[in-house]
Amino acid sequence: MSDARTGIDFLLEPYRVLDLTDERGLLAGKILADLGADVIQIEPPGGSPARNIGPFHGDDPLPDKSLFWWAYAANKRSITLDLERKDGRALLEKLVAEADFLIESFSPGYMEGLGLDYENLARMNPKLIMVSITPFGQDGPYSHYQATDIVGMALGGFMYLTGDEDRAPIRISFPHFYLHGSAAGATAAMLAHTHRMVSGQGQYVDVSCQQAVAKTLAHAPQIWDIEGAILKRMGVYRQTSGENRVRINWPCKDGYVNYMVQGGTVAYSTRALLDWAKEDGLDTAELDEIEWEELGYGAVTPKLMDQFSGPIGEFFKGHTRAELVQGSLDRRILLFPVATPSALDDHPQLEARGYFKEIEHPELGLTVRYPGAFVKSGDGKDIAGVYRRPPLIGEHNVEIYQDELGLSSAELQSLKRAGAI
Amino acid sequence: MTSRQESNKPLHGVNVLDFCWVAVGPMTTKYLGEYGATVVRVESVKRPGTLRRGAPFKDGISGLNRSAYFASYNANKMGITVDMRHPRARDLMLRMAKWAHLVTENFTPGTMESWELGFEQLKKVNPAIVLFSTSMMGRGGPMERQPGFGPVLSSLVGLTNLTGWPDRDPVNPYGAYTDFIVPRFAVAAILAGLDRSRRTGEGIHIDMSQLETTLHFSAPVLLDYAVNGREQTRVGNRDPGAAPHGVYPCAGDDRWLALGCFTDVQWEGLQKTIAPDGNGWPYKPDFDTLLGRKANEDELDGLLSNWTSSWEVGALMETLQSSGVPAGMVNDCRDLFDDAQLQYRGHFQWLDHPEIGPYATDRSEMNFSVSPGSLDTPAPLLGEHTSYVLKDLIGLTDEEYQSLEEDGVLE
Repeated sequence: MSDARTGIDFLLEPYRVLDLTDERGLLAGKILADLGADVIQIEPPGGSPARNIGPFHGDDPLPDKSLFWWAYAANKRSITLDLERKDGRALLEKLVAEADFLIESFSPGYMEGLGLDYENLARMNPKLIMVSITPFGQDGPYSHYQATDIVGMALGGFMYLTGDEDRAPIRISFPHFYLHGSAAGATAAMLAHTHRMVSGQGQYVDVSCQQAVAKTLAHAPQIWDIEGAILKRMGVYRQTSGENRVRINWPCKDGYVNYMVQGGTVAYSTRALLDWAKEDGLDTAELDEIEWEELGYGAVTPKLMDQFSGPIGEFFKGHTRAELVQGSLDRRILLFPVATPSALDDHPQLEARGYFKEIEHPELGLTVRYPGAFVKSGDGKDIAGVYRRPPLIGEHNVEIYQDELGLSSAELQSLKRAGAI
Repeated sequence: MTSRQESNKPLHGVNVLDFCWVAVGPMTTKYLGEYGATVVRVESVKRPGTLRRGAPFKDGISGLNRSAYFASYNANKMGITVDMRHPRARDLMLRMAKWAHLVTENFTPGTMESWELGFEQLKKVNPAIVLFSTSMMGRGGPMERQPGFGPVLSSLVGLTNLTGWPDRDPVNPYGAYTDFIVPRFAVAAILAGLDRSRRTGEGIHIDMSQLETTLHFSAPVLLDYAVNGREQTRVGNRDPGAAPHGVYPCAGDDRWLALGCFTDVQWEGLQKTIAPDGNGWPYKPDFDTLLGRKANEDELDGLLSNWTSSWEVGALMETLQSSGVPAGMVNDCRDLFDDAQLQYRGHFQWLDHPEIGPYATDRSEMNFSVSPGSLDTPAPLLGEHTSYVLKDLIGLTDEEYQSLEEDGVLE
């Protein structure tokens, strides 16, 4: 494979993945590709529908300029193949014979309808691991429900707990429903692989995105189960105990900062913040009187929160985010930025660890900074990584169909002409 | 649980020495335990983990063995209690490292080294060992020791800025959200490490920065800044590709339905459900095309809210789904337990805990055709398995065990 892989001691070097997913499952294969697997993205002729998802480079809505595609198809190779044609399926079967994993995100029943269910594919390759990622799982009362991100985040229980209490529940403005299920798809693939390493046997895994989201709710389900209480959303606050809550996000001069007032073992942080506010001429006399050191977790009452919010809220508004973050580092205050994309692009820790990777897009005459590997070796060496720009539509058709599967160039041309690839 | 089922689990025979605490680590090792690994958590009586002190407690009475939060994330694990600051603790842990295939920890970088249990030292006693470390910011760099936890990381990673109403302050995604994004990447990486260790006989230290991992949940947003210079921010519940798209009130207190129409067919399904006779506001020419609906979205949302507010939310979801409209009720935590699909999948499972009694925990979101996981035992009481693990699994003699106990190595 490409030279760009050199220098990375990949964990998953020996394995091949056939990735049939669309925008609902791309991340699963991306995780395995970042770990070093050879991931072949199989697109329908004309390209994956994920290429229609914006934003686009230069706001130009072309299939090779979708930043969603860039983010989740980088490192992969692409071939085109029409599953709804016999020739397409015959090619897929050839690929399956040599593959370790197949991941798909079609609606339940679609693959089976084409004779591509696990049982049939396993006849060609009993070691194959097939992972299906769907909103609700392969069967059950909702399995044929239509699900978009907002529907899934709602049914997964996330939204009821997120947002301002006087308005409707809210989702994250960047869709996460399918990402949770897709990440679980990579986990599932590796669990099944670990089983295969010992047993020699492949298997089928059915992943539910709804369940994946419902697993992000920390102890909220247990609060219902054990206390019979339904936790509610609290906007910029966080419940600490009973009626007590602390504010998390505060407006500052040019954005927001994250600061939770606490006593006890971190009373030093609160005192340092009060001292700083005092230097600005704010009246903190009453707050200084409080025995922060004696205050346990969850002991900040609504009254104390109000009292604190006056001068401290005022103080935050008088400073920029950068001033507050730097001053807090110097004064040992537990305050953090509410980061925006530009702050992440220029982040000292990400910079020091070499997180972002410059990837060439020669067709666009561009070098693009990509988010890099999600793991490193403990000594800082690369064991995973982003090394190749996302593929053009069917970019690797010749490389894979001709050079690797042994089709002739005449056969390839017939398939192209017939629309099978 | 029969031994046959046990032996068929994917991670049967994998031994895990688990130093993880709080949420992100324990959720990671919960998957390992659910799929058959023998997971031994090392805990301290003097400094019990945060989650043991986290609500909700049985009968509202706090106690180190009464937290259902802890119990949920530590099912299928065993627990031992060791005073890691005791001079003899290190030798005991090295003995366990010989037994283990995998060591997991999520301390501030440097903690394992301070106990002289860093990767190099573990590798000396077990050359094939996989050490998994995860921290907020990763090892090395100017901010490696930055303190913090989930709600902080949501802000650092940019997700808070992407959540909320455009006319209001941003809000945190619920809870320690990033703690529940990281574990799936973590398990994939751990098993990839284990795979390589088995193939090569050589151990590996995997270091995961939770900041770096979580950024993959907003990678297109980062690219938008990198190539277009655009700072994306929160947009409420709207979506550029759909209208209507949002959350609408239903009958009752704080009941809501989420829906989104991305295609003509979905919009027509909604039109027909609202006005089967083909007349009325859904058929206004302004609402005929997506661009028309986007241009008049406030008006559309107002009319739609008016219509949804008389519906019972469950009935409305079913009605709209049967017309091909993507719609789902906003489940609160009680609804999750009643949700027909989650019930079908057996999402919640009850385990019987000696002090808490039956408590609910969530099963894996993955169903395996050949080697399913299962949750069989409740979370350990503090120190419950110290004797069993050290004598029966590690093979300490009664004399050795007694000496460790008398010396205060075991708590």
